[in-house]
Amino acid sequence: MTFANVSQRLMVGVYALLLPLFASATVTVENYGYPLTDRYVATVVGTPEGYEPQLPTAEQINFRKQWLDVFPERKLPDLIWYGHQMIYSVALQDHPAPLIFLIAGTGAAHNGAKNVNMARAFFKAGFHIVSLSSPTYPNFVSSASTTGVVGHAERDAQDLYRVMEMIWARLDKDIDATSFNLAGYSLGAFNSAYVAKLDEERKSFNFRKVLLINPPVSLYNSISLLDRMVENIPGGEDNFDKFFDRLVTGFGKVYKDEDVIGGDFLYQAYKAMDLRDEELAALIGVSFRISSGSLVFTSDVMTDFGYVKPRGLELDRYADLTVYNQVLNHLGFTDFYHNFFYPFYKADYPGASRDDFISAVSLKSIADYLRGAQKITVMHNQDDIILEPGEIEFFNDVFGDRATIYPHGGHCGNMNYRDNVAHMVATFAGGAN
Amino acid sequence: MKAIILRSMALAAVLLLAACSTTEPVKEQVYPEPVFSAQRIIPADAIDITAVYDPWEPMNRRIYNFNYHFDQWVFLPVVRGWQAVVPRPARVGVHNFFENFRDVRTMVNATLQASPTKLLQSTGRVLVNSTIGLFGLIDVASSMGMAKPDEDFGQTLGHWGVGKGPYLVLPLLGPSNVRDGVGLLPDSYLQNYIQGDLLAKPVRATAFLFDSIDTRANTSFRYYETGSAFEYQTVRWLYSTKRELDVEK
Repeated sequence: MTFANVSQRLMVGVYALLLPLFASATVTVENYGYPLTDRYVATVVGTPEGYEPQLPTAEQINFRKQWLDVFPERKLPDLIWYGHQMIYSVALQDHPAPLIFLIAGTGAAHNGAKNVNMARAFFKAGFHIVSLSSPTYPNFVSSASTTGVVGHAERDAQDLYRVMEMIWARLDKDIDATSFNLAGYSLGAFNSAYVAKLDEERKSFNFRKVLLINPPVSLYNSISLLDRMVENIPGGEDNFDKFFDRLVTGFGKVYKDEDVIGGDFLYQAYKAMDLRDEELAALIGVSFRISSGSLVFTSDVMTDFGYVKPRGLELDRYADLTVYNQVLNHLGFTDFYHNFFYPFYKADYPGASRDDFISAVSLKSIADYLRGAQKITVMHNQDDIILEPGEIEFFNDVFGDRATIYPHGGHCGNMNYRDNVAHMVATFAGGAN
Repeated sequence: MKAIILRSMALAAVLLLAACSTTEPVKEQVYPEPVFSAQRIIPADAIDITAVYDPWEPMNRRIYNFNYHFDQWVFLPVVRGWQAVVPRPARVGVHNFFENFRDVRTMVNATLQASPTKLLQSTGRVLVNSTIGLFGLIDVASSMGMAKPDEDFGQTLGHWGVGKGPYLVLPLLGPSNVRDGVGLLPDSYLQNYIQGDLLAKPVRATAFLFDSIDTRANTSFRYYETGSAFEYQTVRWLYSTKRELDVEK
């Protein structure tokens, strides 16, 4: 080992130690240890075993579910009778501590893996945790969305703010919060930016710090990218069946070979199946389509809009839904945007065109606020798959040194990598007082 | 024995209900066409790959719904009480104790499937856990890194080519199919037979109860909690796919 080599390693080590202190420092390819450099692999696989931080388990931090009646008067259609109460999770310290709200990404629940991992890290660092589902999670749509049609930046923020206020009114009796903070990933990061902005007017929380992890810039651009990923299915969308079958067979093969299915199952599956980038992209597109299908159907049932379910048709809780599921599997999120979202909200904004709608749902529309909001910081990845080429520059431009762009990690793939977790926690450091 | 009778009764009730359930009369009402209708969107030759043979769907959906209510009002409150009253180490002991019987079940089914590897693995586990592991209370075998195959009579039937039959949601027990449902009977008979030899009568009577509570406590699934209206068919497909793989495994 040469001297240069040793000193370089030493530098990297020191750098890793200092990273939490200088959270906004530039991270380069050379000194970044997250192992998956392929953006699609990172997105699908996440953080492999051995690269995660040592954290208490969800059970050890007593991460538990709570139920909230947001609209007690609301009558739900029989088909989604179970969706009345909004479900969220908390993990509370037994002493005065700063509180952090976590907002999940598209279609994800309050107790999805990414929120749970953030909760474990922040709880260990001394925070009270309140974990919320994405406004695009069906349970949120039915229980906490005012209109039942989500994807509207301001309205989603208002809905989130309302439940945050209600939850805090409840917790206020039992715990002492020394400050309020907010973190979200993916669409949850996008929501967090709008919630932070709303808080400047409402001032219920006066957020101390807000962290945005891998947010989209333009929601429409990102959903278009995700929609188009389905086109990567080998042989085209008509070969969806064959492709899906191959995936299931591949997963099955790994499942059968492995006696223990650990956290590395996805990585093993990926390695065993030897998927090409296009196929991984297709897999991401398919899973996005499936989760958006559930969301869109919930909105359709809530509003009786007549998108895939005929208007006026009342389905009961035992109804066979196969045909609606099939139809939705053939539709993208952009279809929802043009044929449901836009006509639904059009009347509220006389004179606004489709393009006006699209540009309104973008961080660019609140860039002036974000530029001046010192409390907001960003963690992102240079190779995030939900950004159009060049969109990443928006963050450097608007947030300056409050944005840290990692050289790779795909979309949220590196969120549980130990350096990233240390960075997340460091962003809020000092909040314990 | 109680357990077998209970399970047989549940199964019989289900089969009977299925036989009686008739299709409801179709209401002739015309609704406006939705923005995206099946005729417009789904290609004529499309196959639904997540389809599962489920001729008793109306009944299954009702049992699914019943299970939710049973969970809410009986099962989960009991589980919460169990977790509140019994300290964690004791709960782990109880869990390991019943898992040891599952290893015995695997031994028997591995024999029936003529699978020497699984027979050896499960026998090794039972020997270690029943002795060093203090009658199964401590899972020494897993700490030693011994593989834990899981075979039941449903898989044994599948192994010898018995088809899975219609999808079935069992009262209290959840997703199943006719083959796996029938497979529960010899498996519970076996468990009761061994427990009958080992346990005193009053203990045996409560064992079934504890086993059920322990199983529910270790199953994180909650009916309707995904909030998705498609949960029923997603669970149906996942269960069926997993069982197919389990049979091949």
